[in-house]
Amino acid sequence: MAMSAQEIERTIRSAIPDAQITVTDLAGDGDHYACEVVSEQFRGLPRVRQHKMVYDAFGGRMGTELHALSVQTRTP
Amino acid sequence: MSEDIFKTIQGMIDAHPVMLFMKGEKNAPQCGFSARVVQILTHLDVPFDTCNVLSNPELRQGIKDFSQWPTIPQLYVKGEFIGGCDIVTDMYQNGELEALLAEKGITKKA
Repeated sequence: MAMSAQEIERTIRSAIPDAQITVTDLAGDGDHYACEVVSEQFRGLPRVRQHKMVYDAFGGRMGTELHALSVQTRTP
Repeated sequence: MSEDIFKTIQGMIDAHPVMLFMKGEKNAPQCGFSARVVQILTHLDVPFDTCNVLSNPELRQGIKDFSQWPTIPQLYVKGEFIGGCDIVTDMYQNGELEALLAEKGITKKA
């Protein structure tokens, strides 16, 4: 089962409401995505924690419904 | 999840200063993300050990629970979880990874 780009954006936004989110479908197969997430909430956090905030939004769907999501995070 | 798998993982992290949990073997990665991290570490010319999580389903799930991180590969340096492919790639590109390895006393292969 795959997720749509819109659903990915919505899922991230539910966890990080202020985020500017760009989702790219890497392979055009609805299964390999890249996302760039820009949020003030990342400020001062190590990158592992920033990425974890994004992953945590997906709960158990990461690696099951969502096969591959490449994550980039930064502060505004 | 048994306690034993956590002990096994902790043992590997303690025994190997640069430890990469990956899909496939070092010389035959079975996933592009794992391959990229191997390539970066090889390029930096530092000694590193790998563990193929595909060899053991308990380990494959165990490392995710251990690190509280949902994806593989996962890189540990001197017992500290550094991150997955995206973080390692970013850190490599901006020089942070080399700085971190130097700071942790990991030197290039003689």
